[in-house]
This record gives sequence, structure tokens and C-alpha cells, in this order.
Amino acid sequence: MSMYPQVLFQNRKPDRIATIDEYRRSGGYEALTRALTKSNPVEICKVVEDAGLRGRGGAGFPSAKKWQSVPPDGAFPRYIAANADEMEPGTFKDRMLIHADPHTIIEGMALAAYVISASKAFIFIRPSYDSSAAILEREIGIARQSGFLGENILGSGFSFDITVHRSGGRYICGEGTALLNALMGKRPNPTKPPPYPTIKGLWERPTVVNNIETFACVPHIVRNGAEWFRGLARSKTGTGTKLYCVSGKVKNPGCFELPMGTPLNEIIEAHAGGMLPGSEFKTCLPGGASTLYLTKEHYGVEMDFEPLSACGNRLGTAAIIVFDGNTCLLAATLNLMRFFARESCGWCTPCREGLPYLRDLLWRIENGEGREEYIPAIRKMCRHMWNSFCALAPGAASPVESLLTHFEDEVMEHIRKRKCPFKK
Amino acid sequence: MLPQELRDTLAERIACAEASREQAVEVMLEVQRHYGYMTDEAMVEAAELLDMTTLELEGLATFYDHIYREPVGKHVIHVCDSLICWMEGHESVIEHISSRLNVEMGGTTGDGLFTLLPVCCIGYCDRAPAMTIDGKVYGRLTPEKIDRILGRLKENSEHSETE
Repeated sequence: MSMYPQVLFQNRKPDRIATIDEYRRSGGYEALTRALTKSNPVEICKVVEDAGLRGRGGAGFPSAKKWQSVPPDGAFPRYIAANADEMEPGTFKDRMLIHADPHTIIEGMALAAYVISASKAFIFIRPSYDSSAAILEREIGIARQSGFLGENILGSGFSFDITVHRSGGRYICGEGTALLNALMGKRPNPTKPPPYPTIKGLWERPTVVNNIETFACVPHIVRNGAEWFRGLARSKTGTGTKLYCVSGKVKNPGCFELPMGTPLNEIIEAHAGGMLPGSEFKTCLPGGASTLYLTKEHYGVEMDFEPLSACGNRLGTAAIIVFDGNTCLLAATLNLMRFFARESCGWCTPCREGLPYLRDLLWRIENGEGREEYIPAIRKMCRHMWNSFCALAPGAASPVESLLTHFEDEVMEHIRKRKCPFKK
Repeated sequence: MLPQELRDTLAERIACAEASREQAVEVMLEVQRHYGYMTDEAMVEAAELLDMTTLELEGLATFYDHIYREPVGKHVIHVCDSLICWMEGHESVIEHISSRLNVEMGGTTGDGLFTLLPVCCIGYCDRAPAMTIDGKVYGRLTPEKIDRILGRLKENSEHSETE
């Protein structure tokens, strides 16, 4: 058990999912009840704004600001889209959250819907989380029977319901605008705003897309107040708690709810059990596959949006992937490029053509066919990725660029020795 | 042809949607469960139900990892080949399954029981290396564990054939 307050994981159990009764005993659905009977949407949005809640899916956009961008005279019906696609390598917090306390997600979605006057929501979920999708469907049914979803909720006149939407499985669907296309049964290419989804989203209607962890924070903020939420964080700029995933060369990989801004070294050593015996921290990707390699120099960085951005990195999904001295980072980056090249939707040329180009050059270097002139070519192609349509390709370039920044010697060793120095 | 009962269930589901094609993927997943994979006939039937052209539906069918447009075995094995599973030895998992079942990545066993496919990070990084078979997740794979899982599936299918 963590020594820090557990909020999203307060009802987490080792062997089963929290029931609605357990959720209610811990204060669940009090926020929605109070909001619908004693409060108005503007007040609820204000609390979330004062709490400083930022999106937990990767981009970190202020949630209240997103909700406020729904035009007051915007068309109806309005929609909520909850992102539980979670295909960023290293990330499994959404699954943990669904399997811990699903009603905190449902209540958070209902509160967000109340703020923007949405009547319908979709939870978009990937095929390998089929058991999570079944849990959500069951618990949504229970919430409906208990009067927290459906027509005229708690006699307030507010009606709202949630549908679980199963995806066919593709990384790009996690991108906000691609997700909306996927939901509508269109080819899931991203679209370039404006118009933003909050103005024209699903079927041209105002739509708020948030990660499910973001929604899960909302009931707790509404119930306990903005000050309380801000006070949960350890970093000056942070607010609330964060679900950190740790994987790779650590003793106890897992998902831990800790104050936003908990130092990286503490997460790895105190919560993930430290490095595996005989291995030493070399580097990590701090927020999933689309972030940059973080070196020992920043080992004590506070895991929050601002401190990571101050050292040129990103919090991303806060999925920490840990590498030790025996792992070839070139081969690791090659694996990532295979992933991104395969998952590119193919819509725009820089991404469709550039990622396989990067993958092939890395493959040649890893397999002893590298040349020194590949390095400037890789750097140049990484810069071209910024000309692509959405954030997939620039995200994909992040580990490659940081490989060259921090581990150029390792890459050069491959080229000089005409083989991978890690292979015996 | 799809059984009338399934057609009715799907039609009802489509009628409840905001727009019919919203259900495209879920309808394909259901139709695929019936046929085993999206046959040309299945594509035509699903497209009719969804009020889409087969060409429009094809654009979706070929986009997604879990919609199969070619025949697959009774059990589809998706082995995660993303970063964390790679670090934990997914290559040896694939080699082991390949040699055990005598099947190449992307192929189907001669008895039509298993198809072996790669899949992008399935979010079981705390239990790497991992795979899914028919949607069920298996983590912390070892050669022994893989043998047990495959053995059980083989045994079950032998039973169902004799019944």
C-alpha cells in the first residue's frame, strides 16, 4: 500500500473490481447528486478549473478550458468521448483503473456531460481490453439501474447515457480526431483542427474527448474541492495524483497512484522495487514510446508536465519504461520504429514514407551495415516528421532524436564495429 | 448467409446507433465470429446491414488489426512485439510457438487450429512477454507456460470433434 493518499485507486483490491456499493461508501456519486440537485454546470466547471486538472492522456490540456470551449449556443445533441484506447507502449493505467473502480470513470463522465449539456457518451476501447469493455458495460448497466445514468437522472431533468464502443485495434485511434472518425465508422485518419471537436466533433456536434483517467479525477475534485486536489501534488506546478506505470528492467513493474510530481528515482526505487538485481539504470522513456530518452542526469526529475518540459522532455502518459546497461538502445529504438511505421495510418506522406525510412536506416546500423553518413540523414528525416499531419510522426521521432543526442557513441560503435556491440 | 437471428440482433443494434456506420467495426466483429473471418460474402452482408458500400467497409476491414479478411485458424494467437515484450524476449516466444506448431508468423497450422499474428503493445507491460489467444490475455510467458496453454486448446478441440 502506498503511503500517499489513494484517490482513483482508493477502492483498488488485489483480486476483484470495486462494486457500486463500495464506491458509494467511499463517497461515490455524492458529487453527481450534489451537482444535479444543488449546483449548476458553471459552478462545477469552475471547481475543475480552480483545481487545475490537466488531461491525463498525454497532451496535458487543461480540462475545464476544453469544456469551456464548447460554444454556449452550440448545437444539440452534444457528446462525450472517453478515450480508453491506450495503445501507447508501456501504458496500462486505463486498464488498471477500469479493473479497480469503474464507477469513478462513469461518475466523472456524467459530471462532464452535465457541464457541457451532453446527452450521450462513448467509451472507446481497444480489442485486447475486451474484459475491461465487458466490465464497463456491466457497471454502466448497474449505474443505470441505480438511477445515476439514463432518463431524468435523480429527478433533475438531466438525461445522459454511456455506450461502450469496441475498436478493431489500431494505435492511431487513440489520437483525438482519429478516435472521432473511428467512432463514426469512418476511416480513422486524424483531421486537422480547426474546427476543434468541442465545436464540431461527432456528427458535426460539440464533443469533448478526454482520457478516462481525466474523467476519473472529476468526482473527487467536485466532492473535495479545488484546494484539496491541488494539495495532493508534490511539485509546485502539479495538481492531483497521477497513475504512473513502470515497466522494463525493474523488480516490480506495475501501476502506482502517487502525487503528481513524485520524483522519478523515487517511483523507480521505492515503488517499482528498484532495478533488477545486477542491472543499473541507463535511461528511461518517461511517458511512453513517444517521449525522449531521459538520462541519469535527470534521474531525480519531478514527474509532472512542467519539470519534464523544462528538461526538454514530456510527461506523455507517465508510462516509465526503464532500460539497463545491457539493453541495446539502438535495437530498442528500432523496435519502436517498427511499431510506429506499422501503426502509421498512411494518410500523409512524411509519416507514411519517413517512418519506414528511419526504420530501415536503424535496421542497417543494428545489423552491421551502417555508415557514418546515416546519422545526419536520420537527423534530417526526424526534422521532416514535423511536417506531418498529426502528432504520431513527431512523437515517433522523439526517441530517435534523443538516441542521437544522448547515445551517439553507442550508435557509432555499431557502425565502427560493423555489428551490434551488445550481441555476443 | 447469416442466420436470421443474428441478422435481427445486428439490425436492432444498428437501429439504436446515432448513425448506422457507427456500428461498422462491432458488426464486423460479430459477423466474423460467425464466419471465422470476413469472407467476401460476409463483407457484402455486413455492408448491406450497415447501409454502406462494400468498398467503404473494405477500407475499414483492412485498416484494423482484429478484422481478418483472410482465413484464420480456429484460435488466433496475437503475440505482442512492442518495446517491453521485446525487452523481455518476445522473439523467443514467437520462435517457441512457431516450432511447436510448425507455423510461420502470419501463417495458419495445417490442421486449421491456430493462426500466429503479431500485435502492437496490448497493455500488459507489467506481465511481459504477453500474448492474446481469442482475446484472452496470457502474460509472463515461458516455454512451459506456452506449452500448457497450447496443449489445453488442442485437447479441447479434440474433445469437441469427438462429441
